[in-house]
Amino acid sequence: MSDSDLTKLTLIETIKGLKNKQFSGEELNNTYRERIKQLNPKLNAYLWTAEKSSGIPAAIKDIIITKNIPTTAGSKILEGFIPPYDATVIERLKVKGIGVVGKTNCDEFAMGSSGENSAYGVAKNSWDLSKVPGGSSSGSSAAVASDMCVFALGTDTGGSIRQPASLCGVVGLKPSYGRVSRYGAIAMASSFDQIGPITKTVADARQVLEWISGPDGYDGNCVEEGFRVKGKGYGENLKGLKVGIPKEYFGKGLDQGVEKVVREAIKKLEELGAEIVEVTLPHTEYGIAAYYIIMASEVSSNLAKYDGIRFGGTRDKFGDEAKRRIMLGTFALSSGYYDDYYAKAARVRTLIKEDFAKAFEKCDVIVGPVSPTVAWNLGEKTQDPLTMYLSDAYTIPASLAGIPGLSVPCGFVNNLPVGLQILGKYMDEETILNVGEVYEKATSWHKEKPKI
Amino acid sequence: MKYEPVIGLEVHVELNTKSKMFCRCSADYFGKQPNTHTCPVCLGLPGALPFTNKEAIKKCLQIGLALNCKVVDLSRFERKIYFYPDLPKGYQISQYRWPLCVEGWLEVEDKDGKVSKIKINRVHQEEDTGKLSHIGGVTLIDYNRSTVPLVEIVTEPDFTDPSQVKDYAKKLQQIFRYLGVSSADMERGDMRLEANVSVRPAGQKELPNYRVELKNINSFRFMTAAIEYEIKRQIEALEKGEKLTQETRGWNEAKRDTYLQRSKEEAHDYRYFPEPDISELRVKSDELRIKEEIVELPNRKAKRFVADYGISRQNAQVLVDSKELAGYFEEAIKLGREKQLKPQEIANYIVNQKIKLASKDQVLRAVEDLAGKRVGILEDEVKIEKIVAEVIFENPNSVEDYQKGKLNALQALIGGVMRKTQGKVNVEKVRRILESKLQN
Amino acid sequence: MKLTADQVKKVAKLANLPLSDEEIEKYSGQLSKILDYIDQLNSADTSEVEPTFNVTGLSNVLREDKVGESLPQEEALQNASQVKDGFFVTKGVFEE
Repeated sequence: MSDSDLTKLTLIETIKGLKNKQFSGEELNNTYRERIKQLNPKLNAYLWTAEKSSGIPAAIKDIIITKNIPTTAGSKILEGFIPPYDATVIERLKVKGIGVVGKTNCDEFAMGSSGENSAYGVAKNSWDLSKVPGGSSSGSSAAVASDMCVFALGTDTGGSIRQPASLCGVVGLKPSYGRVSRYGAIAMASSFDQIGPITKTVADARQVLEWISGPDGYDGNCVEEGFRVKGKGYGENLKGLKVGIPKEYFGKGLDQGVEKVVREAIKKLEELGAEIVEVTLPHTEYGIAAYYIIMASEVSSNLAKYDGIRFGGTRDKFGDEAKRRIMLGTFALSSGYYDDYYAKAARVRTLIKEDFAKAFEKCDVIVGPVSPTVAWNLGEKTQDPLTMYLSDAYTIPASLAGIPGLSVPCGFVNNLPVGLQILGKYMDEETILNVGEVYEKATSWHKEKPKI
Repeated sequence: MKYEPVIGLEVHVELNTKSKMFCRCSADYFGKQPNTHTCPVCLGLPGALPFTNKEAIKKCLQIGLALNCKVVDLSRFERKIYFYPDLPKGYQISQYRWPLCVEGWLEVEDKDGKVSKIKINRVHQEEDTGKLSHIGGVTLIDYNRSTVPLVEIVTEPDFTDPSQVKDYAKKLQQIFRYLGVSSADMERGDMRLEANVSVRPAGQKELPNYRVELKNINSFRFMTAAIEYEIKRQIEALEKGEKLTQETRGWNEAKRDTYLQRSKEEAHDYRYFPEPDISELRVKSDELRIKEEIVELPNRKAKRFVADYGISRQNAQVLVDSKELAGYFEEAIKLGREKQLKPQEIANYIVNQKIKLASKDQVLRAVEDLAGKRVGILEDEVKIEKIVAEVIFENPNSVEDYQKGKLNALQALIGGVMRKTQGKVNVEKVRRILESKLQN
Repeated sequence: MKLTADQVKKVAKLANLPLSDEEIEKYSGQLSKILDYIDQLNSADTSEVEPTFNVTGLSNVLREDKVGESLPQEEALQNASQVKDGFFVTKGVFEE
């Protein structure tokens, strides 16, 4: 097997290859580390890589705590921070024979949609080095897309797994809020943050979800039993399945090229036996505003611990976006404004949650675009934070509602990948993974590889 | 013009749970090496999350119910955001809009024995901070105490006299100890007091438009002194036509006065909002069960002692000072019954002699002593012989019966002596004297 | 909603963020623009709506009062900028 063949293998194939002794763990790790050495200088996907590694090489977003491995959250304020503990997901992966091959680049404290808010330079899009990889799990998505790891972990707060997965042409799963313990995920916005897999295939994502999900006694919001892979028998078609299409996800702002690709994907689902129904999510327009108030409020408290006493540097080390969100959240919570901002946004959050509950009375999954556009040019949106925020319009509502969302590759516009977003009912990852896998098997978008 | 004080009290009490409020570190931190009882959670390391201690919530509810509060239907933790080096997360997990218990009351006595009801606004759960020490221009921080469970009890501004405040604080301490939720040691800082003091023209109904928060108070005595000083200071200021404003003052024991710590302009804006890491609390359904589990509290116990044992109210209050003392007193009553000791005698004896009953042995000894002392009063044989002679003279029939061989008749004569001496005589001694006299 | 430079300064103090005059100017403009956008929330009718603070719908997630392991002192202190005799050290603050 040639080196590039080895790194092309999916997680499921890699496990099988190791089991059948087609290659050794050492071979596997050497090959990946060699590829990282070659490609990472171009892509800047990794902030830290292992000198020695074993097990199945996984790339871990640098916002996830790894014991005795530097963890920066993409911020200067955590430069040199060596955690004395492992995140729950890391402990669980280690038990399954997974090794941390490297820590991946991300927007500072996961605040960003392009990767450009990293204090350590932006990661590049493997399909076009002049484009952003999306964010905030930019390095994790870039590493999977360029075969610099078998799979990666990211975190999704308002779209930070789904959107970069979409822009990099890989599979990204944001589990339901509470599915995976957040213990050891450096908090950005606590009521949204979820850790999830970024993988080469849907089956891989399903496997990783099984490994990392379930209660650990450290995250009080994670009590639901772990997700279980049901062995074989995932469907070949979608007969009997109702797919909801929200008109609000196909309106103004959606790139025509992206719309065309997504509509074709929906047609494919129909060909596979699904019944397409129109649904409405009427409060979608308020999603970004509600999200920015709640998220920023949580951020302003979550980043209050960075005082340079027990770890990290002083508060002047925060980057521009972190400061902006701390300021916004501090203002929104300050005396006299709580009711108008935080409490109001929390009520709107209920409306958005109810939108989904009503829509799911008519369908099993909701499908639409992940991002209104394909990857944009580096630097294109950095001057205007609001424009950057608006690019998350289709991922934020699911984050507000806490429901799971999957991004699967569904085509290209101008040689840049487009992702199809599949949203499910709360704690029903099973159905969206099934839809994703049936679609994936019927198409070959996920097999396309960038030429770097 | 005559002024009257308006005083409210905030009491913090540290709970004696095994583990901390939001992490599994041992809460037994006192006197331990610095930063040896810490983990990512209580150090506020990135990525760590709180997980609520069930026992702490139970103890908070016990306190609330002991103070006649209602348990709310829906309670939430909230983040109270401020920056201080003893607060590792940059926010304290506390309760503001959704406390666990509300609307309680406690009866207090002032220095003249007048009883009044103090309304309790809220009893809520929160976490403690680390401990700072200031040495040579730097501050040293120990986070062993960080996130040890703390309960805050806030009264309405119902106190009108420092003596009521003192009685209230002492009663709270007693209740904490009865419930077994805290050792409530003021010197160790298990129990901390903050008083809000203002004054208004006597008879005015509205609350004053300012209040002075008094901090740094670590004994009941200092608290009384600080409040008294503050009332005097405020009245003098008002009489001079000065305008008083919201501020925080500390108590300086050396100078015996209060000093300004923070004025209104620097008042905190804590930006409370619901703690997203912790889901809501719905514990109303536990109210009954927890209420039933609560031990008999000092106030009720004292009332029962008065009713059941006929002891004085003053004695009852001394005897219920601690749950242990009250328990030993009741054991002493049982033992005393066999020795014909009345509860009143035992109560008087324990209270007057200031006997510290701290074990079963001491109880036994005290009762024996008391029984011995009482016999001792009538150890004067001449007196006893005189009484015996009276009884013989007054009961010729019994004497005759005895001399005919009816030994029961002796019992009747002994009974007669016991009656005449109200039992304050050794039975064996009476028997001996009787026998010798009847044989003569 | 317009945030003046003065308001931004106050918020920065509350947030314990050292900001340059340039940043204050910049954030005043940017935050005003973001708050204008956020003001659209006012047109959502929420009069009959309860707030959602936690999407899980859970309540009473509590743990038993059992002691677990703490970090060894040297690990607790390993990332501190300054340490003395087992304590973290910071520049002198006055007791409140």
